[in-house]
Amino acid sequence: MANEQKMHEPFIRIANRDNISFAKKVCIRIASVVLALIIDAVFILFVTGLNPIDVYIQIFRGTFETSLRFAWAMRDMVALLCIGLALAPAFKMRFWNIGAEGQVLMGGLATALCMIYLGGNLPTPVLFIVMFLTSIAAGAIWGFIPAFFKANWNTNETLFTLMMNYVAIQLVAYSTNILRGQASSLGTINMATKAGWFPRIGGYDFTLNIIIVAILTVLMYIYLKYTKHGYEISVVGESENTARYAGIDVKKVTIRTMLISGAICGLCGFILVAGNKHTIATNTAGGNGFTAIIVAWLSKFNTFYMLLIAFLLIFLEKGAIQIASIYHLNDYIADIISGIILFCILGSEFFIRYKLIFKHSPNAQKEVRVND
Amino acid sequence: MGQICIFYKKGHFYQSKVTVKIMEDAIRLVNITKKFGSVVANKDISMSIRRGEILSLLGENGSGKTTLMNILSGIYYQDEGQIYVNGKEVAIRTPGEAFDLGIGMIHQHFKLVDVFTAAENIVLGLHEPGKFNMKAVHDKVRAICEKYGFNIEPDQKVYEMTVAEKQTLEIVKVLYRGADILILDEPTAVLTPQETQKLFTVMREMKKDGKAIVIITHKLHEVLDVSDRVSILRRGEYVGTVETKDATELSLTEMMVGQKVSLDLSRSEPKNRVKRLEIKNLNVVNKDGVKVLKDISFDAYGGEILGIAGISGCGQKELLESIAGLQLTCEGSSVEYFAPEEESPRQLIGLSPKKIKNLGVALSFVPEDRLGMGLVGSMGMTGNMMLKSYEKGKSFFTERNDPKQLAEKIKDSLGVVTPSVNTPVSRLSGGNVQKILVGREIAANPTVLMTAYAVRGLDIHTSYMIYNLLEEQKKKGVAVIYVGEDLDVLTAICDRILVLCGGEMTGIVNGPGSTKEQIGLLMTKSNKERNVK
Repeated sequence: MANEQKMHEPFIRIANRDNISFAKKVCIRIASVVLALIIDAVFILFVTGLNPIDVYIQIFRGTFETSLRFAWAMRDMVALLCIGLALAPAFKMRFWNIGAEGQVLMGGLATALCMIYLGGNLPTPVLFIVMFLTSIAAGAIWGFIPAFFKANWNTNETLFTLMMNYVAIQLVAYSTNILRGQASSLGTINMATKAGWFPRIGGYDFTLNIIIVAILTVLMYIYLKYTKHGYEISVVGESENTARYAGIDVKKVTIRTMLISGAICGLCGFILVAGNKHTIATNTAGGNGFTAIIVAWLSKFNTFYMLLIAFLLIFLEKGAIQIASIYHLNDYIADIISGIILFCILGSEFFIRYKLIFKHSPNAQKEVRVND
Repeated sequence: MGQICIFYKKGHFYQSKVTVKIMEDAIRLVNITKKFGSVVANKDISMSIRRGEILSLLGENGSGKTTLMNILSGIYYQDEGQIYVNGKEVAIRTPGEAFDLGIGMIHQHFKLVDVFTAAENIVLGLHEPGKFNMKAVHDKVRAICEKYGFNIEPDQKVYEMTVAEKQTLEIVKVLYRGADILILDEPTAVLTPQETQKLFTVMREMKKDGKAIVIITHKLHEVLDVSDRVSILRRGEYVGTVETKDATELSLTEMMVGQKVSLDLSRSEPKNRVKRLEIKNLNVVNKDGVKVLKDISFDAYGGEILGIAGISGCGQKELLESIAGLQLTCEGSSVEYFAPEEESPRQLIGLSPKKIKNLGVALSFVPEDRLGMGLVGSMGMTGNMMLKSYEKGKSFFTERNDPKQLAEKIKDSLGVVTPSVNTPVSRLSGGNVQKILVGREIAANPTVLMTAYAVRGLDIHTSYMIYNLLEEQKKKGVAVIYVGEDLDVLTAICDRILVLCGGEMTGIVNGPGSTKEQIGLLMTKSNKERNVK
């Protein structure tokens, strides 16, 4: 019996797909969404007893019900996208910058301090320039420190950047504790004067945020793809030995790239505080520093794909909030529903990269034997 | 119950039909096909491996030898076809199942734990019931060694062993586990001629013992020397099997390549020799504080090919990298470069790799890891051409036109097989990768061209193309330094050969007139002294 067992080939084998046509890619993606909707439908029906179609409509409404909803979604998307853009050059260099959260907070803290101490003392354009410069400097410093240690003593950047987050969080907590005085929290900064707030354009405070990030998306695309810096980043990321052999100063590139990565995170802190929250707290970055890692990775550092993925994540998040409030669902149930969609869409990547070969049917095997 | 009956009948059927074959065929492959994506690595291959014989598996790069052997040793699983071991159809899904069937593969790169002893490595991963009896293991290892004439001390730690000893250990390991079908993947690549002869003696012993042995090698004289039959693959297809006694180097090459080839290496008389490099007292200490280069002094001249021979890891890499500025050297080391049309020499020690490169000293064909140092795997040919030139000009942006034209030129002139100049080079075969590297380095018009293992793992066709390119460079007046491992080639193309052993220079001989044996002796000269240390 054991011998007979041995004659069976494995049930499933996984093989690399070499090249896959665009149409097939699209098909696999659509199939994954359909599958997600089916699984979700079963889940919704049996666990919550709701009509799945209604739930899907509500998810859609989370982002698209009103133009204000849509604007909010855009606001949150650009914050996420901005950090994704910041991480792209570092990740492309194979420098695992897990410290975006802290770098954003430092940029935000610098902006908030400028607003508090300089707001009203400086003419508005000068104030903005000072806020802009101090925030990117703060983010850049937070990126520089781990890069410097990595370049000189080859420290582990993953741990280093991760721990720098906690330092940043504590610094923000410390600062807000002092600044709030007797109040229970810092509250909105310059509520009356609106000094250091982004001007309202088209009815929204955060229009400038969207414009800045849109420009940055294009710039980062060009920077990575067409500049000498971008080329150096690719070479260092692929192999440090090749970089040394080609005469690239690896230390310099490492530090320079992390300065840029940190600076863009700092810029994100700037637009979050000046264009959106108008205050600073330990949760200002809201975990986006980590979520953006997914955005950067899934897009394989193509900034335009980043846009799509950032949108998808925000769309699902808004949808989850919507169904949770409309149907009085538990937050977790709503997260599971949107999580299933995300899981299937991400899972489709596997089928785009690999194909599965199933065991030949017994009939096919017989035929081969007859031939032999 | 019914099933078992049918199965038994089948077995019976086979036995009655092919009784004779079962006796001598250890393995029979029937219509084996294996695809990787759109690439067909093995196409409909049917062949057999017999007991009591040594079979050479021959083929150019990418002809599917290793894939086929990996299927046998359970690393891959075939898409189509059947494998019969001792006449019985089997499915080999894991290396463990291959072992159970008595198939053992000795890989090119050793799979040993350095800090363990020989015996510990041998029993590693064995699941024998009961208490571990190291003494019994030692006895069994000694018995195997005695039987076949191996020379292994069960107590010796692996890190104290020479390359040849490590390889022997790999073979003993496989035998200990009861393998009677042995597959050796390029076992002689790292051995000296003397060690190779020793290995062949052992292989003949095992053959006498009724074992089936498959050897993969690129060296034709070894094929003729040791094997009984030769099976040839070409582009994934089975060409045929010939008796070794009926074969010649030329006939085998023609079967391999599929067309008539000439195996002539021309060596012109060096003309206008001009001193280009003067190396004095070069000393290098590695990270662990071990001296890897000791008092090396020699000159290299334009218009000649200087060969560097030695067992791998004897300081070749450090020597070339010291000249290229990639290696820290000890105080007192001197590498002077005599640039054309310049009066005084320049000291290269202390200069950055970039500056040295700009002077015209090109290091190419990085050992073993071409993609890890010479090229960027994820980029296409164009991107890799840029590695040399991306810095040109003041613009913030990169310039892609010239590199693209250069890539197209190299693609055409050297016959690089690639879908486009933008296809990532890591997807190309070893030979094509090497052509890209060579092409790029030569296009930079160097005055000193240093090559390390330029033809390692390449097929005959590409190898000869590279030899001829180097000869051309020499005629152009370039000082070529060729680090190689095949002594036949070294003596055939080099004007002078420097021999390294354990980081020391054991001699410089003239290429014409020197023999393999002479160089082989120099390569192992200080072995004894090292072992004492």
